[in-house]
Amino acid sequence: MSEHYSSFDRAGTLWLLQRITAAFLIVVLAFHFFLLHFVSHASEITFAQSQWRMQDLGYYSLMVLFLITATFHGVNGVYNAIVNQGLTGTPLTAIKWLLIAASALLIVQGIRTANAMAGIPLY
Amino acid sequence: MSQSYNRGLVEDFGRWTEFSAGMWAWIFHKFTGWVLIGYLFTHIAVLSTATVGPETYTATIQGLESLFIVRVLEVGLLAVAVFHILNGTRLLLIDLGVGLDSQDTSFYASLILTGIIAVASVPTFLAGVF
Repeated sequence: MSEHYSSFDRAGTLWLLQRITAAFLIVVLAFHFFLLHFVSHASEITFAQSQWRMQDLGYYSLMVLFLITATFHGVNGVYNAIVNQGLTGTPLTAIKWLLIAASALLIVQGIRTANAMAGIPLY
Repeated sequence: MSQSYNRGLVEDFGRWTEFSAGMWAWIFHKFTGWVLIGYLFTHIAVLSTATVGPETYTATIQGLESLFIVRVLEVGLLAVAVFHILNGTRLLLIDLGVGLDSQDTSFYASLILTGIIAVASVPTFLAGVF
């Protein structure tokens, strides 16, 4: 019989959130890559084009949600990789808070950038 | 009933010659994950030029895209993202109990499909750089 094991605590909220964000990101990351490299081409991108996309509320909301879920999924994955390497105690706690701070900065900066593109004067 | 597996405190990459397909899938998923989160921080940093001004943003993006090495790195990024997506889909299905007996096959299929998509994308990514 096939066996199953995972690095994650399967009873935990983080385990579930990692999988929910994964399911979301599979679709949105594929969409993002396809739109900006195959429908449009990255080499032809101008501020006006980014502004045109980001001024659509649906697109803006999707990109902000994409940023938040990707940050959570990525940083939680890094945290679990570090746990797998055997780090425990104070060093692990220090890294956890460093990752949380880096995530917060990334999300704030990403939203500032989206606001600048959308013409929202909050950046 | 659930079981726990003691894999030791530290992952021992020195045993790579003994790794099975599942272990390689795990390592590739971890490696591609590190690349993607690293890229996310870089991506937001580059796009942040939009907060400086429209001209700076356009000049930065088009300046980067004029470099051959950036186009090559983009193909690499696509390969990394496609593998992470395909292998991640495989992992989600396995978590749901789907395909437990064909895990090796689905891993090899993910690798082959990633290779095909990456190679097929090369003309698109290199268009206009020369």
